[in-house]
Amino acid sequence: MSYALETVDLEKSFGGLKAANRVSLRVKKGARHALIGPNGAGKTTVINLLSGAIRPTAGRILLDGQDITGFEPHHRVRLGIARTFQINQLFGDLTPVETLGLAISERNRMGHDWWRVAGRKPAIVGEVGELLSRFDLTDVMGERTATLPYGKQRLLEIALAFACKPRVLLLDEPAAGVPEAERDSILETVAALPENVTVLLIEHDMDIVFSFADRISVLVNGELFMEGTPEQVAADPRVKAVYLGEGTDA
Amino acid sequence: MSARTSQPSLDPAELLARRARWTPLEIAFWIAAFATIYFLPGRHLILTEIAIWALFALSLDLILGFGGILSLGHAAFFGVGAYVAGLLAKHGIITEPVLALLVAGLAATLVGFVTSFLVLRGSDLTRLMVTLGVSLVLREIANRYAEITGGADGLQGITMAPVLGLFSFDLFGQTAYVYSLVVLFVLFLLARRIVNSPFGLSLLAVRGNPVRASAIGIPVNWRLVAIYTIAAGYAGIAGGLLTQTTAFASLEVFSFDRSADVLLVLIIGGIGYLYGGLIGAVVFRLMQDWLANITPQYWQFWIGFVLVLIVLIGRDRMAAWIRPVRDLIDTLGARIRIGTIGGGR
Repeated sequence: MSYALETVDLEKSFGGLKAANRVSLRVKKGARHALIGPNGAGKTTVINLLSGAIRPTAGRILLDGQDITGFEPHHRVRLGIARTFQINQLFGDLTPVETLGLAISERNRMGHDWWRVAGRKPAIVGEVGELLSRFDLTDVMGERTATLPYGKQRLLEIALAFACKPRVLLLDEPAAGVPEAERDSILETVAALPENVTVLLIEHDMDIVFSFADRISVLVNGELFMEGTPEQVAADPRVKAVYLGEGTDA
Repeated sequence: MSARTSQPSLDPAELLARRARWTPLEIAFWIAAFATIYFLPGRHLILTEIAIWALFALSLDLILGFGGILSLGHAAFFGVGAYVAGLLAKHGIITEPVLALLVAGLAATLVGFVTSFLVLRGSDLTRLMVTLGVSLVLREIANRYAEITGGADGLQGITMAPVLGLFSFDLFGQTAYVYSLVVLFVLFLLARRIVNSPFGLSLLAVRGNPVRASAIGIPVNWRLVAIYTIAAGYAGIAGGLLTQTTAFASLEVFSFDRSADVLLVLIIGGIGYLYGGLIGAVVFRLMQDWLANITPQYWQFWIGFVLVLIVLIGRDRMAAWIRPVRDLIDTLGARIRIGTIGGGR
């Protein structure tokens, strides 16, 4: 069985603190895999390691069997792994159209094109239009991103990662900070992602995890605590203890 | 502006091309610039200086406004261009000014490429120090090899051949001004093209959020190297123009004062929209000229005073003051367009 994404004894230390300790995670192709754990368990550290934002102290990362441990973040994106951020990381001065057009032109290796005007390529324009409607951004496509409502920014955050056409998509708490009323539209969008895209969801909210994931890994204190189906995880008394001990906020 | 006056467009293609569209105000700006050739014949010397400052500040805008790299040593590339243009003319290696200017620009481009790797990492402060350091080093190299550069006496004995073999440099500076203005215009068009391309858009993304930029596949460092190198070439051409139009080059072309002044020019005009350097050059040089007439000794006091005012008032508020003028020109421009094309696009 080959995995879309695999880590082998991944470790990251910050001084004396081991934020990730011998994490060996296996995500199957096409999976809806969730990585859960209490606050401070090291979930975001793992995502940062996978995307290349930080370098591991030890261990390896394999994307479709290829070792990408030493690769720059932009190189990993080109190989097919993209991420979203828990706190929006967008380009405030650009519009959603420009933001998505940029990601697509980078993916098509046209990002270094310094001569033609950005909007003159029918293929790019068509795909931007599709992305805008898939992520419900058509009505605000021409507005500055910084002025968009938070929920729309959140959708753009996901759309931007999706525009990189990843084989593996890392979603870091996609609904974080979104008001209850707009939450559903984001979760529907996430649920409607194409089946051939492997999704690793980092999430704190148990409702979201159990409605979405077919596989769950539990991370506690930087270590993989257990892995299983949602039913197995829900039934495991140790997981309950970890969450109850911390006080669930889900 | 168009989004404010007309219905917000929902066509991705049109929205993507929006940045690249010429506004009536821009067209008016360039018509006015070229009109000075005929309407201000007695002011061509100072206008040439303004055009060169404008080009130099445009170059700084490319790295600061689009690359987000703060430099306090941009004169390094200006100086390389100035000396290369001077040496080419003095020794009769390349006498035709346009070709010599291109070579001067290429030399600065090369120096820009090599030194660009020094500014990739680090904070604004490190970048300030590194760029300043590079310009000081180059100045001392020029000083040390006095037998080539003329050292502290400057590079003398330059005679300029006619531009394209046709237009001789005249005493009143008319050729020099037209030449400088045309070079500025052509390089402005190129810069405008560059910043509105996918490459330019990626620079804005890098400046706005480098972490996310790399997370969508943008090779951040290479884009910074590219724009820094291009901007160095622009600065070199500005320096070459100064030598060619004055038939002289001195160590001053590398000076810290020049690096600081060009930053001042750009801040006066505004960063990140290409016209800032141009407008800043006009304001800075005219203000300098006017103040020097009123108070020859203390004009720098007033320059400083105005700079503090600009920063305190803020550009947004000043942009709001000139909004009525802008709207007027936009309306006029729209009428003209409808009049000529008959309402169609």
